[in-house]
Amino acid sequence: MNHLPLIASTLFYFLSCCSAVVSFRSGEFRAGRFNVITIALGVIAQSCFLIQQGKIDQACPIRTLPEIIIFLSWAIGVFYLVIGTTYRISLMGTFTAPLILGLQSMALLLPAEKITSMMPMNPWIEAHAAVSLVAFGAFGLGSISGIMFLFQERQLKSQHPDPIFHHLPPIRILEEATIRLLWMGLILLTVSFAAGWIGSRSISGTKFGVSLLLWGAYSLILILNQKNRLSGHRFAFFAIFIFFCALMILPLIRYLSDLAVR
Amino acid sequence: MNIFCAGLNYKTTSLEIRERLAVSDDEMEKLLRQIHSIEGVFGAVVLSTCNRVEFYASTLCPLQALGGCRSILQEQTGMDIPLYHYSTPDAVRHLFRVASGLDSMVIGETEIFGQVKNAYSFSAKRDMTTHTLHRLFQHTFRVTKHVRTETNITRGASSVGSVAVQLAEKIFGKLEQCRVMILGAGEISERTARSLQSRGVRSLIVSNRHYDKAVALAAEMGGMALHFDHWDKNILDVDIIISATGAPHAILTVEKLKPLLKQRQGRPLFIIDLAVPRDAEPSINKMEGVFLYDIDSLQKIASESIEVRRQEVVRCESLIEENVREFLRCMKNKTLFQQAH
Repeated sequence: MNHLPLIASTLFYFLSCCSAVVSFRSGEFRAGRFNVITIALGVIAQSCFLIQQGKIDQACPIRTLPEIIIFLSWAIGVFYLVIGTTYRISLMGTFTAPLILGLQSMALLLPAEKITSMMPMNPWIEAHAAVSLVAFGAFGLGSISGIMFLFQERQLKSQHPDPIFHHLPPIRILEEATIRLLWMGLILLTVSFAAGWIGSRSISGTKFGVSLLLWGAYSLILILNQKNRLSGHRFAFFAIFIFFCALMILPLIRYLSDLAVR
Repeated sequence: MNIFCAGLNYKTTSLEIRERLAVSDDEMEKLLRQIHSIEGVFGAVVLSTCNRVEFYASTLCPLQALGGCRSILQEQTGMDIPLYHYSTPDAVRHLFRVASGLDSMVIGETEIFGQVKNAYSFSAKRDMTTHTLHRLFQHTFRVTKHVRTETNITRGASSVGSVAVQLAEKIFGKLEQCRVMILGAGEISERTARSLQSRGVRSLIVSNRHYDKAVALAAEMGGMALHFDHWDKNILDVDIIISATGAPHAILTVEKLKPLLKQRQGRPLFIIDLAVPRDAEPSINKMEGVFLYDIDSLQKIASESIEVRRQEVVRCESLIEENVREFLRCMKNKTLFQQAH
């Protein structure tokens, strides 16, 4: 496996993080495109890795845990590039880059996994797995805008806002961004469930239960928010909480789906 | 060719005199033609705002241009008004500083940039500029944008009203749909409400202990008056409360707001407490969805912004200095090129 594109993309995300740290420390947030460019380069390098890995695997490169994490961070990067531009380009990147860097570093540090079982070449199953991860990319970026919401809300509550306050979007816009991203993720997750249902021959009960639980949790907070039963603060908190829970149980889901294939 | 500038501003002339020099578009055209007709003046731009009247001209003889400007103003006002005047390179530097807001009453204000642009296009439309003035103003627009993006000179808000507007925009985004309630029809609450109105707020409710005062202010501001006994019943519909009553105790308390907030279904509520003693209990800021700012916190933000802007002046001046040199170099190269051909 050629790790060069992966290392290159990690370096690009690292550069983006450095710029974020410098901005936070100096309190000066230039309307530059450094974050966008570095994240775009990171995504390109990740794409190169995933294409190369896909050719080796002869399948969608989501067969090992490191591959899944890379695919997920790639999806977050892509969502940022597509959607982040609407909400203050460089600032969303300032918050997105550390998350992707963390995920990517984790993927690099994890011991290389040997593919023990070859998944059957079922396009529906592959679509199910890939669309699920893209959905989690949307949830990931939703959690980023949730973090930005809580951050900006804290600035407003403090009565003494920091320089970053002037560069962050209004909390109402951040709430809208979180809602849209979560809806997008939920729709994609539903599509992926449908693909899995069409293509699967053996889904483990626990895996299905865990996935359904996540789907239910996202649906619940979106419906409560829609019905004005969940404040912006709580909605943002749950968007972050559920995503990090999902990240925690990702290895479990992968283990269960590997078990099911075996 | 020399670039010449003469004028008066809020530092050199009183408001009474500046008022007499305020000109309409028709009068502006007449004034521009008068300046243009001064012997040795090839092109002119007149910048007229509430804080300044300045003439920019390309001329071979700055002294003659100054004499001409003085007599035109004397004719208009019947007074001998002292004018400051500069020629290249000081005139270039002055225009860069003016357009960047460094010479404004409120340092870093951005309105002046639009006014400079309008002044130039007014003159250009009437074919009263020259190539030199064209290059000068185009360079000015670039410098101003550069100064704004590279420094923090325009950052933050510098008055209580503008801080309130800025905070409201950071909560609600666009303010067109926001409903504002004024508690206590005083001058400071009126000023703050006007700032919000200037940014799009359309719906306004005024409540005051003396109902007639509420009616008067509501009529003046295009809002709706409300008896003071009923203000809390209307809190469900409003997004921003400006409170400046003379009450000796807090009228916006946790006890009062708690049941009302539940009915608001998570919608944020921005409370601007301008009263002394305060109308709002400080602890209401801890309630979810409530953002409370009192007069001290607003003033602190405003003065910090002004301080940041002051600190940025040095950086702005150095950027301007670089650009003055660059502009003069361009003009010199152009002159050499013309002489050679």
